[in-house]
Amino acid sequence: MFKLLLSWRYLRTRYIALASIISVTLGVATLIVVNSVMAGFSEEMHRRLHGILSDIVFESHSLGGLPDPDWHIAEIRKVVGERLVGITSTVQVPAMLSFPMRGQWITRQVNLIGVDEETYADVGDFSQYLLHPENRERLTFDLHEGGYDERLPESGWVQRRRRIAYERAYDEQLRQIESLGRTETADASADFSPPADPFGGVPRDPYGATASSERPSQVFDEAKQQHTGVILGMMVASVRHRDQDGEVRDHFLCRPGDDVNLTFPTSPPPGQAPAAQSARFTVVDLYESKMSEYDSTFAFVPLKDLQRLRGMIDPATGVRSVTALQIRLAPGSNLNEVRDQLIARFPPDQYHYRIQTWRDMQGPLLAAVQMETTILNILLFLIIAVAGFGILATFFMIVVEKTRDIGVLKALGAPSRGVMSIFLTYGCALGTAGSGVGMVLGLLFVYYINEIATGLEWVTGQEVFDPTVYYFQEIPTIVEPFTVFLVVLGSVSIAVLASVLPALRAARLHPVEALRWE
Amino acid sequence: MTHAVYDRTELSPVDPDGLSEPFYGGSAPQSLTAPAPHMAPQPALLSARRLMKSYRKGKHVIPVLRGVDFAVRQGEFVAVVGQSGSGKSTLLHLLGTLDAPDSGEICFEGNRIDNLPYQARDVLRNRYFGMIFQFYHLLPEFNTLENVLVPRMIGQSVWRYWLQRRAHGQRAGELLEMVGLSHRLKHKPRELSGGEMQRAAIARALIASPQLLLADEPTGNLDRHTGAEIMRLLRTLNREQNLTIIMVTHDSTIAGRADRTVRLVEGLVERVT
Repeated sequence: MFKLLLSWRYLRTRYIALASIISVTLGVATLIVVNSVMAGFSEEMHRRLHGILSDIVFESHSLGGLPDPDWHIAEIRKVVGERLVGITSTVQVPAMLSFPMRGQWITRQVNLIGVDEETYADVGDFSQYLLHPENRERLTFDLHEGGYDERLPESGWVQRRRRIAYERAYDEQLRQIESLGRTETADASADFSPPADPFGGVPRDPYGATASSERPSQVFDEAKQQHTGVILGMMVASVRHRDQDGEVRDHFLCRPGDDVNLTFPTSPPPGQAPAAQSARFTVVDLYESKMSEYDSTFAFVPLKDLQRLRGMIDPATGVRSVTALQIRLAPGSNLNEVRDQLIARFPPDQYHYRIQTWRDMQGPLLAAVQMETTILNILLFLIIAVAGFGILATFFMIVVEKTRDIGVLKALGAPSRGVMSIFLTYGCALGTAGSGVGMVLGLLFVYYINEIATGLEWVTGQEVFDPTVYYFQEIPTIVEPFTVFLVVLGSVSIAVLASVLPALRAARLHPVEALRWE
Repeated sequence: MTHAVYDRTELSPVDPDGLSEPFYGGSAPQSLTAPAPHMAPQPALLSARRLMKSYRKGKHVIPVLRGVDFAVRQGEFVAVVGQSGSGKSTLLHLLGTLDAPDSGEICFEGNRIDNLPYQARDVLRNRYFGMIFQFYHLLPEFNTLENVLVPRMIGQSVWRYWLQRRAHGQRAGELLEMVGLSHRLKHKPRELSGGEMQRAAIARALIASPQLLLADEPTGNLDRHTGAEIMRLLRTLNREQNLTIIMVTHDSTIAGRADRTVRLVEGLVERVT
């Protein structure tokens, strides 16, 4: 009883010890904030990585892909059984994207993916990241009249018609100049005035000129028809920068309604080398997952068109090859188990396939985030350990100060164990108080983290959280109760451990010497 | 085991009803002038035989007690006197099991106690011996009432203490009333005078109804008048409650109030009067 009462009284009267616990408080608060932010960041990243990747990806190593996808799908269905929620076939191939921009050709290296409009939405969250709301509802590769993102007010058919009209007017003017030159009418050239330029004096698009001169208008009217649709990653089609006011802006190099060129390798029969195949596509939407790796490399086209263009259709049987099958499993399924079953069904020594879960594919990135969290936790716990030494020093001082009282307690029959437990209880109480306050501070910080970031930006003038780097509008946080519990438990343990040595010293004090202490 | 004798939970109080009677004050002079109780021959309550104790200081061995024989009977009030450094405080510490002798033996109620394990000695000090000190040694964080209750808090588990807290509180209140401190229950030691603190310490020593009170210079830090009051209180306790008291003092006037005086000179008993 005396242990509890004395510990409580010491807690209320020894403010120096409370000062020593402040570092524990700050350590706990920081640990909670860091873990919550890292968990939020990690969760957001998982969500986005998983959003575009299906649960399991079944890839062929060869350029020509899997020869008979329907047979493969049937086999996969047999292995996976009830757990299979969705499956789709894709063709993935490296490609070069090129499009004209103010008289210059812009090229981008892209990962061209042919997707099946009917089934691709079943295996991932792909369509959620499209800019046009109708495409988010149901994926099509048709150009829409307008209504894209607010960043793209003039897009779709509106943009396309305006551009074609300008190009045609330009061509008309050019033809007039050429005909005037042929008749050698000297004053005709003086009357020349170019049409109103909707692009604000942008130089003539050389690609448009070539294309229109090659294409008879009765066959393909660009103003009314589109090429095969392509959905480009946001960062493929735009450049993100800050304007003079410090606002983040996207500058679009091409937008829905524009035409682009894609060059990719064909799938030749054995014995022949792959050749480069070029085709023209119309940008019908943009894809923004906010994962820069995806947004800066992906371009999606309809599967059937890509198969046709690459020569992946068997002329004899009409069977279409694919390079990958994407599998979505029922929630809660053990991905690794299914992967291993599929590998067992398609052993690597017989089939040249790579079967991976989405975690396998993004393993290094996920491991890096995990490693970062672990190292931060170790470093911050070291801070609390340093605080532990502060507690140790303070407790030694208190033991020295209380030497005579310890002698009295022993003279009155207090066992050494009881004297020891006074200081252990005291350490535990201080640790609990410090960690408790730290926990509350940390949770409050996490709750108001965006407001605090804004406040810090205002005070320091430095951007704390740069959306151009992270692609998050707000700092993502997730408070995991178990982590909070572990942090608090760890800190209390450190406080108790730090009080063990002073407590042992108190317990070993000789009562006679302690009573004589001046 | 020898110490098992002292491992009892409770010791029957010497005179629990007598303790509750307020005698300090109006009735004190009468009690203090009462004749000494008849000391019938009886076995010693506490005895020491050939006690030797020395301290080491570096390579030097300083002998403090050099074969002390000592005995006190139930109900006796013995004063141990001697000059500074004569070993009287050391003797008291050995008798109170706060320290162990180098050789010799100490017996309490016929049982040897100097070689008991720590736990048994803790129980002995907590329930059978009361101790008061020259500098009172009250715990500054506790008020007067709590200081008196400390031996009970030490001796019992939290649960048991909690169950008996009312009885303990009542007993402590009675003891404080007996020593004349009923108006200072909630005061911290720093708010008390020297005499009040010593009286609180006496109440603390009596809370477990001990058989023996060990007093180390109880008046050494008090003025003559206050010292005399404390001595009157001790004398009353000795006479009315038959409490055995061993008091160490360097003041022969104070020692004169005891039944018997043992003089220590250079670690040996020189004279018993």
